Amino acid sequence: MDINVGLANMLCNGVIMDVVNVEQALIAEKAGAVSVMALERVPSDIRRDGGVARMSDPQMIEEIKAAVSIPVMAKVRIGHIAEAQILEAIGIDFIDESEVLTPADPAKHINKKLFKTPFVCGACDLGEALRRINEGAALIRTKGEAGTGNVIEAVRHLTKINAQLAELKGMPVDELQEKAMEYRVPLELIQQVANEGKLPVPNFAAGGVATPADAALVRQLGAETVFVGSGIFKSENPQKVAEAIVEASTHFDKPEVLLKVSRGLGKAMDGIEIGTLDESQKLSGRGW
Amino acid sequence: MTRSVGVLALQGCVEPHFDLIRQVGARAAAVRTEEDLENVDALILPGGESTTMLRLMKYTNLPEAIKEFATRSPIWGICAGAILLASVVENPEQESFSLMPIRASRNAYGSQSFSFKAHVESPWDGSSKCVDFIRAPKLSAESSEVQQLVSYHSEGVLFQQGHILASAFHTELGTDPWLHEYLLSLVSY
Repeated sequence: MDINVGLANMLCNGVIMDVVNVEQALIAEKAGAVSVMALERVPSDIRRDGGVARMSDPQMIEEIKAAVSIPVMAKVRIGHIAEAQILEAIGIDFIDESEVLTPADPAKHINKKLFKTPFVCGACDLGEALRRINEGAALIRTKGEAGTGNVIEAVRHLTKINAQLAELKGMPVDELQEKAMEYRVPLELIQQVANEGKLPVPNFAAGGVATPADAALVRQLGAETVFVGSGIFKSENPQKVAEAIVEASTHFDKPEVLLKVSRGLGKAMDGIEIGTLDESQKLSGRGW
Repeated sequence: MTRSVGVLALQGCVEPHFDLIRQVGARAAAVRTEEDLENVDALILPGGESTTMLRLMKYTNLPEAIKEFATRSPIWGICAGAILLASVVENPEQESFSLMPIRASRNAYGSQSFSFKAHVESPWDGSSKCVDFIRAPKLSAESSEVQQLVSYHSEGVLFQQGHILASAFHTELGTDPWLHEYLLSLVSY
């Protein structure tokens, strides 16, 4: 197994938290986050502010990196190789080529095989996941609508990928060839996935997770770890919500634990109904 | 009787161990509670984030149960798991079970861009084994009672004391169950 897919495996069964400063990073680490995503604005603020969202200030990322002992991730725009080069120069542990930022390339994603640093990329379905893996992604996550506090899109993507993986099982080679064309990936990759019945890299959930129950839901649907963006630091009680989501990700199949950690968390982040977003406001459509 | 090897399954790299455990003829079990621990003959503390594992054990009796388990049964700590076993943890200082007199310096090789695959020599048959160092700690013996089994670039990377093992590297990302087999051999019959 590739050393970067190895790191993705180490992050399994955990929670990765968005943080915008050192103080939040320390709260996240203390609460049990397996990693933090350093960014200037959480997705709900990016959504509110509009305009072009870019890679965060490297100085802010370096400060967070110096403050915690867990791995640090940061986001680059889709296709923005120079932003990725800058993050690699920082020595970041994982680069998220993210639809939450404004895409920089209208046609292509980064050729991730040219980098030593591992990449995580979003996917709505199996074809998108396999295209990103073929480009060198070491980790896949859903593209749930970031910053909405609404888990429905993450659930949609997980369910779809599970169904498409099941569909490949036992499929004759000529049909696998058709799938390879449809998904725009090499037949060898499709055959590997059909044989193993799962993606060759871990599959995490991201986008819209706001409560311990949301984390438990996506884990039950097969997500191996949960990214939480605005859900923690836009809640009334970040420390308590962070700890509760960490417990929920580990004990996702134990209702008695979920009950205990869900009690008295205070007000969760404000949510947005997906139907009220017009197409240009949906981030999951970004990426090709 | 089929032996059972448990993997502490709070956080980290758990599932990849299961196939290797089965390959050496044992039953694989996820351990998340004290009760789970009662049903296994050996325990793996897997790679992952030691801070997260400690946090998840904070309000449970698992640390005491694991310490008690260690008095009679083999335990193998890998990377984060080795940090949990160590008597001294630095960079930064951190609490631990202190089940083996070794010093663990966390993330001593640096960030992920300094993670690497390496070939090390098996102490039993001299064969070459491909292993993974992922944001690995550096380990060193704090007592002459600790035996260094494997070294890499003249630094100890696999240690044993009694039936406790600690490795800075991973083997579960490959297909060779050589250390799973050794762990199972430490179960007293």
